[in-house]
Amino acid sequence: MFTYTLRRLLLAVPILLVISLVIFLLVDLAPGSPMSEIPLTVPPDVRQKMIEALGADQPVFVRYLLWLKQFFWIEPMTLFDHWFGTSIVEGQQRILSWQSRSPVFTIIGQRIPQTLTVVGTAYLVGILIALPIGIYSAYRQYSFFDQLGTLFAMIGFSVPTFFSGTLFIIIFAVWLGWLPTKYDTMLEVTDWSSFMQQVKQMALPVMTLGLANAATISRYMRSSMLDNMQMDYVRTARAKGMREKTVVLRHVLRNSLIPVVTVIALGIPSIFGGAIITENLFGVNGIGAALIGAIHANDLPMVQTLAFIFAVLIVLFNLIADILYGLLDPRIRYD
Amino acid sequence: MKLKTLLLGAAAAFALAPAAHAERGADGEVKLTFPQAVSIMNPYLTGGTKDIYASSLVLEPLAGLTPEGVLVPKLVTEIPTKENGGVSEDMTSITWKLLPDLKWSDGTPVTADDAVFTWKYCTDPAGGCSQATKYEGVASVEAVDPSTIKVTFSGPKANPYTAFVSALSPVLQKKQFEACLGAAAPTCTDPNNMPVGTGPFMVTGFTVNDTVSLAANPNYRDPAKPAFATAVIKGGGDAEGSARAVMETGEFDYAWNTQIPPETQESMKAAGKGQFVVAFGTLVERIEMNTTDPDPALPEGERATAKHPHPILSDIKVRTALSKAIDRSILVEVGYGAGGKPTCNVIPGPEGWASDNEGCIAQDMEGAKALLDEAGWTDSDSDGIRDKDGKKLHILYQTTVNPIRQDFQALIKDWWTELGVEVELKAIDPGVFFGGDPGSPDTFQKFYADVEMYANNSESPDPESYLGQYQCKNAPSPETQWQGENINRFCTPEYDALYATLATTTDIAARQDIAKKLNDMVTKDSMIVVPLVHRGTLSAHSNTLGGVQINAWDSEMWNAADWFRVK
Repeated sequence: MFTYTLRRLLLAVPILLVISLVIFLLVDLAPGSPMSEIPLTVPPDVRQKMIEALGADQPVFVRYLLWLKQFFWIEPMTLFDHWFGTSIVEGQQRILSWQSRSPVFTIIGQRIPQTLTVVGTAYLVGILIALPIGIYSAYRQYSFFDQLGTLFAMIGFSVPTFFSGTLFIIIFAVWLGWLPTKYDTMLEVTDWSSFMQQVKQMALPVMTLGLANAATISRYMRSSMLDNMQMDYVRTARAKGMREKTVVLRHVLRNSLIPVVTVIALGIPSIFGGAIITENLFGVNGIGAALIGAIHANDLPMVQTLAFIFAVLIVLFNLIADILYGLLDPRIRYD
Repeated sequence: MKLKTLLLGAAAAFALAPAAHAERGADGEVKLTFPQAVSIMNPYLTGGTKDIYASSLVLEPLAGLTPEGVLVPKLVTEIPTKENGGVSEDMTSITWKLLPDLKWSDGTPVTADDAVFTWKYCTDPAGGCSQATKYEGVASVEAVDPSTIKVTFSGPKANPYTAFVSALSPVLQKKQFEACLGAAAPTCTDPNNMPVGTGPFMVTGFTVNDTVSLAANPNYRDPAKPAFATAVIKGGGDAEGSARAVMETGEFDYAWNTQIPPETQESMKAAGKGQFVVAFGTLVERIEMNTTDPDPALPEGERATAKHPHPILSDIKVRTALSKAIDRSILVEVGYGAGGKPTCNVIPGPEGWASDNEGCIAQDMEGAKALLDEAGWTDSDSDGIRDKDGKKLHILYQTTVNPIRQDFQALIKDWWTELGVEVELKAIDPGVFFGGDPGSPDTFQKFYADVEMYANNSESPDPESYLGQYQCKNAPSPETQWQGENINRFCTPEYDALYATLATTTDIAARQDIAKKLNDMVTKDSMIVVPLVHRGTLSAHSNTLGGVQINAWDSEMWNAADWFRVK
């Protein structure tokens, strides 16, 4: 297992390098300019100076090498300096966003907490809703509950979040006036009332995203349960006189969870990736909102860095899912 | 009579009461929301209006502009003029006097050195200052004494109120930005995000592209202001969400740039929590006519250049007919509602500068058809499309991807089709269209189409630099790497000659007269530019926020020090 993990990790290095180059070239070759959001009242010569000040006029390979150096050396060392009070890379140019001239990693650091709380909670809520629905739907296949569960999943699948989100805003914020529509990122939870405020402002985005997440996972859970319910070992367990609860929750569920856990693990990078539409709609301003904002402004360093971090996370969680699979199912061994 | 005066006086006293009795910080928090989040608080390193408006709460120029476009002193005792001796007789220098005892929010005094430094900061060639035009023609800025700033121009400057005027050109604190000159400018993250200013508020927290937290400046020059103790600018989302947060849920007090469809405006107003306010500057949505031939058959380097005049649009009769067929009132109704009005001018304001040209407002389909007949474009093969010498009257009409613009394209296509013109529509991603990449065929400067639609404006009430666009020398071409603002490649010696006189004319009335003539030359006299809609910026504020005076010439938050809570 250890050598397998090590081999996979080593293999990931060239893969990620190629990915980083591909992303860089894609972003760079895409049409558009960092100056496209500058008003027309700014004359061309001033624009040219602004581009030069950004370093955006350098040849593409120079910028790519600089980015590699910044990403793999300066940024980690900046963190090191910060933690241990050293000054190894002091004064060296960090990856700066073209749009805001702030270090990209500072922005990511500001954005990650919102994304993790909101999108992460939504994922968790989605799982917690999906598992019981999936289990019970499979156990009572074609029952009224199963039909209801299917309807719920179909709604979650087919209604896009920009629609369900706006609908929730109109119902809960405009008509009923219970919940806020804009997420206050500066809110600090210090006491009961600020905690309630946090719960309230998370309610709408979590509902919107949770619905979509629950829909997917509940379907996986249901079909995996159905597969296992037909198995011989289930009949054996029942023949041995085991209680229904033990049969379903111990024997069937455990075996059914294996593929579901993989699906859940593979979905985790998408939490870090944020939820572009939902974050924008509710002003959560997490990573997803940062990415779309950077794309609009042709903020190449920001887009490149974010896209690459997502690539790293996806490669990493693919590996984690594979390892988890081996841990959960003793029949699977990689060595 | 006396009683009436007395009552009126009493009423006025009551009306003024909340403002008069207010003290600093008495009204709690004011919450603003911008659909585009604030990226940076230094207006010299951004072109984004969102950033400039947000920074105007903190950084101030020497003088600002009122909603009427009139200069108003901010950090100075008075506006320098020829009459009070502040502007030299030959118009080559202007001298500003700082207010006595003026302090930065950190308590240190504001001196003339700060202004001198600001000039150096923005004119450093390696700094990439986005407001460099504000300092164009400035030969030097000197500190005559700690409270006197003398700006000397390289020649007579007809409009000396550019440097240090309006939110685009505020004074920076030398102490804070001293290490940020030139190439170091973008790396100064902390000063750029939390500048020390003289404005009513100071930054207490800044998260990039998300939230700006502000608190009342303890050293603000008026001890009774601002009425609010803190302010928050939350960014992100879209125009509709921002408008809703003010107009329907009441979570926010002010939403900037709530450009939403007219019917949504109406339904939001019905909630009764706030109101929309519009500021009309000079932003005009227009159709620009290409005077050069964009035919793809022409070799690259000659396509869309002055070498090949446009085969159809070179005829003024065709251009006029296309303009006559458009019903601008319907466009306004469909696209902007209260946020727009029909116009025939490139310079639609301020009053005094705008020409009285209204000839295009009424649609004249018959007149347009007659003009095309006259020009020789007739439908000889009765296929509904006019032709001449075997060539079809076909027009490629491009603009950016934007729901309102696509509505406009559809409407105008209908009118032009009725006229017998075959119209092909094209919508380009705004990032590409305005991106100015010389390698892309789809930039507005390259103009590989017959007509194109977008909006442009003059950033100052005096339109001198704006009108400069249409000079021959500003035409984009392969030689200029397709840069240049004269995208029509309009070129007449009369225009250039008249424009040259504008730079030397100092009398305001005479300047206005020239500006009107120049406006008419590119619009009604030549139909090179076909203005459609004079667009305002639509913002929303809650009914509990008082003192808002929306402004198109300066920051919308220009008088935030006077905002108060209506109780």
